[in-house]
Amino acid sequence: MSILLDENSIIIVQGLTGSEGSKHAARMLRSGSRIVGGVNPRKAGTQVEIEGTSLPIFGTVADAMAETGATVSVIFVPPAFAKDAVIEAVDAGIPLAVVITEGIPVKDSAEFWAHANNHGNKTRIIGPNCPGVISPGKSNAGIIPATITDAGPIGLVSKSGTLTYQMMFELRDIGISTAVGIGGDPIIGTTHIDALAAFEADPETKAIVMIGEIGGDAEERAADFIQKNVTKPVVAYVAGFTAPEGKTMGHAGAIVSGGSGTAQGKKEALEAAGVRVGKTPTETANLMREVIQAL
Amino acid sequence: MDSVDLFEYQARDLFESYGVPVLPGIVADTPEEVRAAAEKLGGTVVVKAQVKTGGRGKAGGVKVVKTPEAAFEAGQAILGLDIKGHTVQRVMVAAGARIAQEFYFSILLDRANRSYLSLTSVEGGMEIEELAVTKPEALARVEVDPLAGVDAEKAREIARAASFPEELIEKVAPVIERLWTVYRDEDATLVEVNPLVLTEDGEIIALDGKVTLDENAGFRHPEHEALVVAGDTDPLEAKAKESDLNYVKLDGQVGIIGNGAGLVMSTLDVVSYAGEKHGGVTPANFLDIGGGASAEVMAAGLDVILGDDQVKSVFVNVFGGITACDAVANGIVGALDKLGDAASKPLVVRLDGNNVEEGRRILAEAAHPLVTVVDTMDEAADRAAELANAAN
Repeated sequence: MSILLDENSIIIVQGLTGSEGSKHAARMLRSGSRIVGGVNPRKAGTQVEIEGTSLPIFGTVADAMAETGATVSVIFVPPAFAKDAVIEAVDAGIPLAVVITEGIPVKDSAEFWAHANNHGNKTRIIGPNCPGVISPGKSNAGIIPATITDAGPIGLVSKSGTLTYQMMFELRDIGISTAVGIGGDPIIGTTHIDALAAFEADPETKAIVMIGEIGGDAEERAADFIQKNVTKPVVAYVAGFTAPEGKTMGHAGAIVSGGSGTAQGKKEALEAAGVRVGKTPTETANLMREVIQAL
Repeated sequence: MDSVDLFEYQARDLFESYGVPVLPGIVADTPEEVRAAAEKLGGTVVVKAQVKTGGRGKAGGVKVVKTPEAAFEAGQAILGLDIKGHTVQRVMVAAGARIAQEFYFSILLDRANRSYLSLTSVEGGMEIEELAVTKPEALARVEVDPLAGVDAEKAREIARAASFPEELIEKVAPVIERLWTVYRDEDATLVEVNPLVLTEDGEIIALDGKVTLDENAGFRHPEHEALVVAGDTDPLEAKAKESDLNYVKLDGQVGIIGNGAGLVMSTLDVVSYAGEKHGGVTPANFLDIGGGASAEVMAAGLDVILGDDQVKSVFVNVFGGITACDAVANGIVGALDKLGDAASKPLVVRLDGNNVEEGRRILAEAAHPLVTVVDTMDEAADRAAELANAAN
């Protein structure tokens, strides 16, 4: 098993006809993902040829779901149109929407999240500004390179794309059940906690690596969640011990997180919850190796 | 998410354009301009340093004066003043206010709840961080739904939550509603008024404001570009921005180039740890060249970093995910060719991931005298710190 994504996932791509969408759809197809079509209202009824596969373009997410039984939408549409694309996916009731687009105004993310909330949160939203989800050997929804590692017992959740790749690479001797890149924007759909809960419930995941970074208090809240709800071993890495104070955080911004947000504060919170925290990605991978050997 | 913090005078102007009550204010860059502004405003004026940091009052950056001559002297004293590392280049001369009471209001992103939050207090006049710690019950936190926003009724709810006296609710609520409009329509992530005051004449006025704008929303706000003040940013940061590079200048000796914000942050940490063994050298910068690492981008990045005299060595740390390592290697070789003699500092390169063998082969074949290829991130950081220390 795995979380969020497996060999039965049927994927459509919103923005398939754009350059990013088609490039990454080709990579996803090569890694064995079941991509069944794209969405573009201006090109509905046409076909695009990707990796020798002819994919139909639908006018709406709802049409695409009705025709193909799609369960996942990967969204590559440009920032100015991304909010509408997510809202469309939510209104169609697709179970999983993975928002890859970088540079979406935070107001737009706040608004599509509020919209999803108002409609009962039936769609799991990942991102925006994230690398997506991969369950190696089963399916790949997003831009995570499929060749870094094979399947294995470790669940991985991270804000950062390249650190996700780095950690998958460090742990390629053990393997990954699912890697979830949740994105580093201030407002994101799926959080560390959501991914931790899913990994806890997944029988194939034996241990979890969590990667965080400075800003906000997501890691502190995750630490609290781990203490109360996670029985599987968790190893963490936090980036940004020596980074300058976040330029994006306003004067009053620090108050919301109750003065937290530093890497040191996050490390201490995680350690207090029984999580072993590595100083570098390599040291973190070594801690995980010890954990796996002890199982 | 990149963002732009506005100066107080810019926030004042923005507030005014939305009908938020503010006092007249004139910016001045010289003591003569300060005098002229004071003459124009007449009466008691306040000369306020325009810096993007708190605590300017304590640092001598705010002076209340009664005559144009005293304003001139205040201008002389404040312009050029260093406030927490910020040199004052501009002041705002504002009309004086007879303040009866000071309050606090802000609206900002609430990451934890993926929503917005308003913070309001009738106990103004102190640093808000201090108030949040010493008297949290005096700070009313009211969630603002991003879709519903703040209408007249919601604004009254916010004012009541902060325990404004009933006779002030009808005066404060419309101001709150307009500040929400600023927040929404300008794509702000923070709108803060501290203090929001009640004057002796019974008027509510936004006396000092802070606004942070979301750069991601720039496509909706071409006018925001003009709010970025030339000369306000570090010259190297400005140069990097011209090439669309995400660069932050730091104080150390090891130049850093990497791909992806998380990996670059991690690189800063690893270099700092390595520096502990090598004379205490630290990273000279944060530079994320993003997913692509073409010769052009690499050259632009190296050009910025080598323009920093403090840099003694450079660490290029790339994980080839989407970008293949051979493309990155070609980028590095091409960049060094392009820069020629301008490339004068040792470069430690660590490549991993997609097509790494070919990438390392390209670098080995080029055999550039300045380049050392090291296989792992920790070892490469150690080598870069060692080289920086040796040259220090």
